[in-house]
Amino acid sequence: MGKWTRRGFITAGVVGGAALVVGVAIRPGDQASKVAKYVKGKNDSLVTAWIKIGLDNKVTAIVPHSEMGQGAQTALSQMLADELDANWDDVSFIEAPAEDAYANFSMAKGYILGDANIPKMLVGTVDGVFLQATKAMHLQITGGSASVRTTGVYGMRVAGAAAKALLLESAAEAWQVPLGELSSALGYIHHKNSGKSAPYAEFAAVAGEKTPSSTPRLKTPDEFTIMGKDKPRFDIPAKVDGSAQFGIDASVPDMKIATVQAAPVFGATVKGFNAEAVLAMPGVSNVVNLDDAVAVVAQGYWQAKQALAVADIQWTSTQEDSRNSDAILSQFQNDIKQARAEGKTEEDKTQGKPEAAFASASRIVERQYSVPYLAHACMEPMNALARVANGRCEIWTGTQNPLGFKHSVAEALEIDSENVSVSNFFMGGGFGRRSNADVAIQAARISQKTGHPVKLIWSREEDMGHDHYRPAVASDFRAALGENGFPTAWENTFVDKHEPVEAPYIPYAIDHQDIAFVNSPTHVPFGPWRSVDHSQHGFFTESFVDELAHEAQQDPYEFRRGLLSAHPRHLKVLNLAAEKANWQEPLPEGKGRGISLQESFGSIVAEVIEVSVNEGVVSVDRVVVAIDPGFAVSPNGLTAQMESGVIYGLTAALYGEINIENGQVKEQNFDTYPMVRMATAPVIDTFIINSHESWGGAGEPGTPGTAPALTNAIFAATGERIRALPVSAHKFA
Amino acid sequence: MINITVNGQAQALDVAADTPLLWVIREQLGLTGTKFGCGIAQCGACTVHLNGTPIRSCVTPLAAAAGANITTIEGIANNDELHPVQQAWVAEQVPQCGYCQSGQIMSAVALLRDNANPSDQDIDQAMSGNVCRCGMYGRIRKAIKTVADSPVQMYNPETDAESQEVQHG
Repeated sequence: MGKWTRRGFITAGVVGGAALVVGVAIRPGDQASKVAKYVKGKNDSLVTAWIKIGLDNKVTAIVPHSEMGQGAQTALSQMLADELDANWDDVSFIEAPAEDAYANFSMAKGYILGDANIPKMLVGTVDGVFLQATKAMHLQITGGSASVRTTGVYGMRVAGAAAKALLLESAAEAWQVPLGELSSALGYIHHKNSGKSAPYAEFAAVAGEKTPSSTPRLKTPDEFTIMGKDKPRFDIPAKVDGSAQFGIDASVPDMKIATVQAAPVFGATVKGFNAEAVLAMPGVSNVVNLDDAVAVVAQGYWQAKQALAVADIQWTSTQEDSRNSDAILSQFQNDIKQARAEGKTEEDKTQGKPEAAFASASRIVERQYSVPYLAHACMEPMNALARVANGRCEIWTGTQNPLGFKHSVAEALEIDSENVSVSNFFMGGGFGRRSNADVAIQAARISQKTGHPVKLIWSREEDMGHDHYRPAVASDFRAALGENGFPTAWENTFVDKHEPVEAPYIPYAIDHQDIAFVNSPTHVPFGPWRSVDHSQHGFFTESFVDELAHEAQQDPYEFRRGLLSAHPRHLKVLNLAAEKANWQEPLPEGKGRGISLQESFGSIVAEVIEVSVNEGVVSVDRVVVAIDPGFAVSPNGLTAQMESGVIYGLTAALYGEINIENGQVKEQNFDTYPMVRMATAPVIDTFIINSHESWGGAGEPGTPGTAPALTNAIFAATGERIRALPVSAHKFA
Repeated sequence: MINITVNGQAQALDVAADTPLLWVIREQLGLTGTKFGCGIAQCGACTVHLNGTPIRSCVTPLAAAAGANITTIEGIANNDELHPVQQAWVAEQVPQCGYCQSGQIMSAVALLRDNANPSDQDIDQAMSGNVCRCGMYGRIRKAIKTVADSPVQMYNPETDAESQEVQHG
């Protein structure tokens, strides 16, 4: 548990130039008053930025994270409610509004674009705790598996504890009794000696006028009553009866429906189209040239889609019109080779004296790996409803980044961000895709040009062809082996480095390391995809380690164990996965087990995958996941995230492949972008270690280790080593 | 004018006959629980029942549903009491993002109505047309099995709701 000082958070508001409201009381007149209107209902008292206590003693957690099924809103509410000693049955949440007072946009933008972690000017003026908090709060972005480990730990728990302290203090004054004689439970304050008892609500108004303690005492794990328990997720009931409202379900009076076709080759623009033919189609009201796309506005989606099909759009030609995936991969491999040869790689991480270690090595092993582009393929195609009128723009959509959308739309329309509002909806999948405001900007521009409120719905083909893809990546390795077979030096060179910084780093004790990258840009847009850079580097590093084990003629589990002397947490997780998967038990012919170990987003995950390969067909029989997330706030929720992360990773490893052909994406729909389905889904068993070390994430850490555990298992079963994903591109005898 | 019955309500629709049932349900009737996922019958998010049979409404033209009884996710609960399949979905905490779940539930309801005790293979066969991008297949399977032994009462739109003609156009 990190230290927390209120000073740090107050500094945040001043340093950032905008109010960063974190666990401090919001009172009328202070810099955060703008948000008060959103959370201050009639007869309510606002105690902290994240807690509203009504006259009816109901507690509302104001959670700055959106819901895409990861259960973060419930888990965060648990953290707040536990520290507050609230009655769980009286707790609900609202999502924090997209207001600057909740976050600092310039930081958020830098972080999202990957061009800055935290603005350099701020480093040194703030302490490490603030950096952590800023990374979470700021940002109002749901991603990086950050909800629990940052917003929860540094925000919700502290806010809950601070609020409780204020309420107790207020009660002590009102009852004229010593503070130490009071206790709190289930939303009530009790004074044992006098028998007095009253709900929090009674003290809320007075508490709101007080300055919160600079260091509220946080509970120790043995005091938790709500954290660590499985609470039914708030969002589930609406998701079984059709009442849950996703962005695609939003509607306003007089709304029209639009759909678009953007330039198939990224970077091309509209040269011409047959507007007359489109406008002659039934139900069509407008056809709009968006420069890089054509939109049709109609009464209904089907009419818009049918009309768009007759638009006969001509596109400008670009330099990329003959680009394809093979050429892109060759470019990556050549750029790596050339940069290594010329000593022009960008240094990522260096330790020891790798050059000398290679020079004196008794043996050197070299391998090359690659992964293709991947689409997010959220179940809900991209969509947004926009109404632009009288200099204002209202957006209704499902977004991982409401505040970023607000500012991006304002920028695109060239209006003040004060005049843009974003109402967030459930997301039918996010996985990183819904952090990009492209579709909201399109909807706003169409509404602006036509004067109609417009709900823009992308077809599945548009969604797949105009994603911000998990980048294709090539990664080359060399290792120097010592006499005992263990590596003495590790060299890794890959193309393009994004987030998180540590994704290519390994936990293994190898003295000499040279990890470097090469910038090798392409015209294909990329973006964060579940686990971001870990999704590729997990496959690369854990495949290569497995190959080194084989070269050393050692069991891949024992080999990893031998390299984990400095990482007892990792070792424990690895051991648990191996034990639960019966690693030592022999398998019949045609079956194999593979293992992987990957730390990401603060959680350590080991996976053991068991496969059968029959007549060239790979089936995944069982996946064992062991995770040390520090502490599981919601064990069932964490388990669900592991299941989800594994299936997402399996789909990618088995089939996932976006190919570029003639500059454009070849795959168009689910018929050519296959996925794991009920019949191909393995049994997944998750085992949790509550180490009580620093708390980690849940949404992403299940994904990176899946591909290598799978391909390592295929190697064990068949002797075939897969170095380029997906598995479906390979044939097995 | 094309007549269909949706969740027990007779509907007269002045909509082009080739319009997929999905968009009629969502846009004309305002029943947004049925979802658009792929438009080519590959993901199952749009699954509804046509005379009791699960179909992909995104590729079913309105004309093909003329005179038929359609049941959507909004029509399976018995007033305030959720359908046993819906209850099992809550108990097993099945949904994550939830977008595919209307379709999953409609497929599961049909499976369990015809086969009170489905084997794993039966479940594979009945449910493999429904993609869950959040990967909740294990939970869906478990939820189906918890319902399997209890009697499943299908809400009957024809007898349980008062028929009422509504016109759209």
